[in-house]
Amino acid sequence: MAGEKIMGSSNKPIAMLKVLNPFHIWALGVGIVLVGEFMGWNFTVGKGGAYASLIACWVIGLLYTCVAMIDSEVTSTVAAAGGQYTQAKHIIGPLMAFNVGLYLVMAYTMLCAADALVVGDLMKSGAEVMGYANLDTKPFVVLTVAFLAWLNYRGVFATLTLNLVITFLAFSSLIILFFAVDPLHQGVVLQHQALLTDLPYGWIGVVAALQFGMWYYLGIEGTCQAAEEVRSAGRSIPLGTMGGMMTLLVAATISWFVATGLMPWQYLGQAVTPMYDAATLLGSSQLQLMLFIATAFAAIASANGCINDASRAWFSLARDRYMPVFFGAIHPKYRTPYRSVLFLVPIAVSFAFTGLLDQVITFSILSGLLGYTFMTFNMIKFRKMWPLGSIHRGYIHPFHPIPAITLLTLCCATYFATFLGYGASLLSIMAFYIFSSIWFVLRRYKYVKRADQFTMPWPRPKGY
Amino acid sequence: MKNYTPPNQGMFGQIFDTILVLVLVYVSLMVPLLFKAAAKAEDAATVAAAAVKASWESLGQNAVQQAQWVKLGYDPEKAATLINSRFDYTIDPIMLLITIAVVGGYFWFMLKVSDQEYREVIREKFDNK
Repeated sequence: MAGEKIMGSSNKPIAMLKVLNPFHIWALGVGIVLVGEFMGWNFTVGKGGAYASLIACWVIGLLYTCVAMIDSEVTSTVAAAGGQYTQAKHIIGPLMAFNVGLYLVMAYTMLCAADALVVGDLMKSGAEVMGYANLDTKPFVVLTVAFLAWLNYRGVFATLTLNLVITFLAFSSLIILFFAVDPLHQGVVLQHQALLTDLPYGWIGVVAALQFGMWYYLGIEGTCQAAEEVRSAGRSIPLGTMGGMMTLLVAATISWFVATGLMPWQYLGQAVTPMYDAATLLGSSQLQLMLFIATAFAAIASANGCINDASRAWFSLARDRYMPVFFGAIHPKYRTPYRSVLFLVPIAVSFAFTGLLDQVITFSILSGLLGYTFMTFNMIKFRKMWPLGSIHRGYIHPFHPIPAITLLTLCCATYFATFLGYGASLLSIMAFYIFSSIWFVLRRYKYVKRADQFTMPWPRPKGY
Repeated sequence: MKNYTPPNQGMFGQIFDTILVLVLVYVSLMVPLLFKAAAKAEDAATVAAAAVKASWESLGQNAVQQAQWVKLGYDPEKAATLINSRFDYTIDPIMLLITIAVVGGYFWFMLKVSDQEYREVIREKFDNK
């Protein structure tokens, strides 16, 4: 924390532990996102039909491939907690950094709230199957968030090792489900020929579907939040992130293929737990139980990763005095940003208790989208201010500036997709970031130590 | 030139700033509901009216689709609520222009102010060693 560092017994500032490897990075990234392949992705079907969902899966997959490429280069060079926030601080400037920090906190805290709601709803469904109707979901929401916050409080290694195990199990369940539907023989279990229809809204529905298409991958960029805690950031972050993207492309395609071959699009487009429903339709109680557990695991892994990432982003904002410095402390024993972890527990629970699931999800998606838009400016400026060869980069992404231009184009298309059906939410969320920015300029920036905002051992940037 | 020394913020100020951000978040979550509530009630009434006396044929469902709906626990009247509920993608050009101006203006403002602040950071970091 700037000027108020927490000191250890040997009078050295306490830093976070470097204990993570590429598998933990994979688990962090995929763990946050995989729940999107179990629920949420199917809202694309509601917005544009089954084929629109598949096109959105591929188009948004391209968007996230650009994100992963850009992020891997910048993060392998700026290896510090806060991820994109720290990048913005070093490349664009304090106001952008403040906004990026807020995007991260809001995207992950809202996603955590949605995950906890899914766990609660799933428990309710399970109780109904067992003959207990009207189970109250609230205790499960609180328990999920509180248990995961406790894990995050105790240490990052155990937190992400748990994610590694349950994410792998959840992903494996999708593979098993894929083979269970006899994918090579149409008409035996899968009924694509009878269930797939033309585009119900035409091509405008395909564009509209891009909004929820982000659910297929939302959060993969969270891998760089752990940059300060990996043993080799230059190797682990690109490996974990790109491996994560490949895993998600496979999982997303399986989810679409299985679900659209079993359910009419009008049902699929609004289902809360479509993959669990798919297993139920197969009539196998073992598969039903497996998908029940896998959906719960995916939601828990996502909430776990979200608490990890949101707390690091909030901690980083506080450490630099962009937010109150009280939250910028590291636990002297567990080496975690414990005050930020604890602060976000009631916030996530209260978001979940509002019951505004679609608002919460839209807030999360839009915060992510604003962050991806920032990455395009960030990448262009980064290469301009420190050309190749002027500083050490752990990874250099190919074809620059094509990924940045592609990313910006796809971001614009996704803003338009959000406008179609969620225009009021878009403006309302923009108003939040505009008022927060004005507040930062007029009130918070006076607490920020200017020179402390640039900590990398780089030469002076070109043009400054 | 001397480096800028920021003031220390007291505990009351820290609590106030934290609560202010939270209030802004909750307000932005709630405001869209004011726009949506009336539209949703109207849509629900239209869909419910169309669901009365619906049949699989009138809903355009083929034999396989009907079978899957039944397995999912839906009869034609219940399924009609989902089948007839559709998004309206009519574009209001004024709202679209306002949205483009808000998103574009936000990024323009942010890049402009950030650049000014960044120059100050670089000056202190590299000129005042």
